[in-house]
Amino acid sequence: MTTAADTGASIAPDSPQIRLEGITLGYGDTLVQKDLSFDIRRGDVFVIMGGSGCGKSTVMRCVTGLLEPWAGRVLLQGESLWEQPPAARSMLMRRNGVMYQSGALWSSMTLEENICLPLEQYTDLAPEQMRAIAEYKLALVGLAGYGDYYPSEISGGMRKRVGVARAMALDPDTLFFDEPSAGLDPISARRLDELILELRDSLGTTMVVITHELDSIFTIADDSVFLDAETKTMLATGNPRELREHSPIAQVRTFLNRGEAGAYGSA
Amino acid sequence: MTVTATPPTLALARHEPRRATVSIGGTWRVTQRLPRLARARELLDQSPDTTQLDFDTTALTDWDSGLVTFIAGLEQVCRERGIRCDPQGLPAGLRKLLGLARSVPQTGRGGHAMQAAPSFIRRLGSDSLDLIKSTGEIMEFFGEGTLAFRNFVLGRARFRRSDLWLIMQESGADALPIVGLVSFLVGIILGYIGDQQLKDFGAQIYVADLVGLATVIQMGALVTAIVLSGRTGAAFAAQIGTMQVNEEIDALRTLGISPMEFLVLPRMLALIAMTPLLAIYADLLGILGGAFVGTVVGSLTLAAYLTETQIAIGWNHIIQGLIAATVYGAIVAASGCLRGMQCGRSAAAVGQATTSAVVTSIVFIVIAAAVLTILFDATGLS
Repeated sequence: MTTAADTGASIAPDSPQIRLEGITLGYGDTLVQKDLSFDIRRGDVFVIMGGSGCGKSTVMRCVTGLLEPWAGRVLLQGESLWEQPPAARSMLMRRNGVMYQSGALWSSMTLEENICLPLEQYTDLAPEQMRAIAEYKLALVGLAGYGDYYPSEISGGMRKRVGVARAMALDPDTLFFDEPSAGLDPISARRLDELILELRDSLGTTMVVITHELDSIFTIADDSVFLDAETKTMLATGNPRELREHSPIAQVRTFLNRGEAGAYGSA
Repeated sequence: MTVTATPPTLALARHEPRRATVSIGGTWRVTQRLPRLARARELLDQSPDTTQLDFDTTALTDWDSGLVTFIAGLEQVCRERGIRCDPQGLPAGLRKLLGLARSVPQTGRGGHAMQAAPSFIRRLGSDSLDLIKSTGEIMEFFGEGTLAFRNFVLGRARFRRSDLWLIMQESGADALPIVGLVSFLVGIILGYIGDQQLKDFGAQIYVADLVGLATVIQMGALVTAIVLSGRTGAAFAAQIGTMQVNEEIDALRTLGISPMEFLVLPRMLALIAMTPLLAIYADLLGILGGAFVGTVVGSLTLAAYLTETQIAIGWNHIIQGLIAATVYGAIVAASGCLRGMQCGRSAAAVGQATTSAVVTSIVFIVIAAAVLTILFDATGLS
């Protein structure tokens, strides 16, 4: 059995890393999703999936502390994110790393500076230790030697990979990926999927991936939730490979079978 | 439940000749104060004949990238010293992560970090080429601008009329408070300076001439132009620059819509139309500022002050001011739009475009003011 020292893990493996209890959220007067309740287990690769515009990224914004829900609770390792005072919430938010769709790198900084900034802000490491960590993280995402480049000098796919490296800067408990495969060639997308699995296996980091790329979903996901844009709520949770074959909800099977109803027949 | 963090420990022990073991214990996370690589070097220096290094991590409770990068650095040190490292004593996950980082080809080597600082000759050449390129871009901008203006005169320019009215409102009516305030204060300053100098000669009535002529011929237009360059020119550069970043200008081009007609032309027309109007307003407020000083400090009556102003100012002076304001308006709009169109594709580039727009417009406004003063004198308009 893998021990905590083997993976760098520091949390009891059975407790949910993240729990959503009756979450309802939206922008202004517009409801995006309602009554969301599910657990994300520690060390899982958890996929939030659904059609375009169903609110996947909005749910991620809520869980990462950027958008307060209208109702419900988000529990990070048992602590309610939105019931904390701002300073404590900021501490909780630091346990998460987020890779945004476009990378969201700070354009006035080099790639190394992008990765070092969170380390400068939240650790007492010496500059050479920070640089070593930045170099290592860049190597992990296949960009060794690019530390002195600026974001504008690299391609969109490379910016995404640097986004992953920056999200990992503080070795967060949970890494969020917003549409990691979007805009990437198949080989880069595959490599990013492999990276997600390797990081999870090596560091024990929980991975939350927002995507509607089916190849990626079936490759990496241990567990998932399916959000629906029409009913504005979750329709199913579970392993996507099982949902594809056995979900009682036709809409979920249709989605996971690329538009065909799937083996279960219509519900 | 979180494992309690204990201080990270590092020790070196000799068990056999030429063979040492590095013992790593406690919590090795980046949030801890971790031992530096220099400490490992010191320990190795104490056993200079070591040829084999083993690892003992039985006392290790928790770790992350902080330990991974330390081990990677230690392996590098060992390679330099000809010491063989046996990673078997390291946690399995850590060995995997080290392997993962090594397995990726280092495609970026030889990039910026490896480039030496360019020589003076190289920099001179590079700057000269940049200057030629920039001059070419400016000429191209004015060429395209002229064609867009011709299309406008012929009624063929493709832009939204509603945009023109909106830009006129934003750059004209919305600027009234700040232009008014600055002009009134400049009038007060001119009035004070004039009053202090002229009262020695008992000629305080000529404060009205000084303030009136200075404001109408040059100061009203100049103050308006400088306020607009900071307020509107910078906004133009930021708007168009952001559109460059978001590929909105590429989208216009692919649709066959000229960005010069769609974006630059309405901004140029709006400022060319609004700057003279704002300058007239600035003239009035400047004269009022002077009148405030003349009546409160200089003991003149308001009627006497205004009558003297009326006598001093002729139509030729007003025309000079209006021509100057029109030219300045065109400079502010052109500088903002030019820098916006030249903007790179990053947030930092938008900031540079905005700064550059303000600097360019103020430099060219001052140059234009000098040239116009000479021209007005040469043509007998002054």
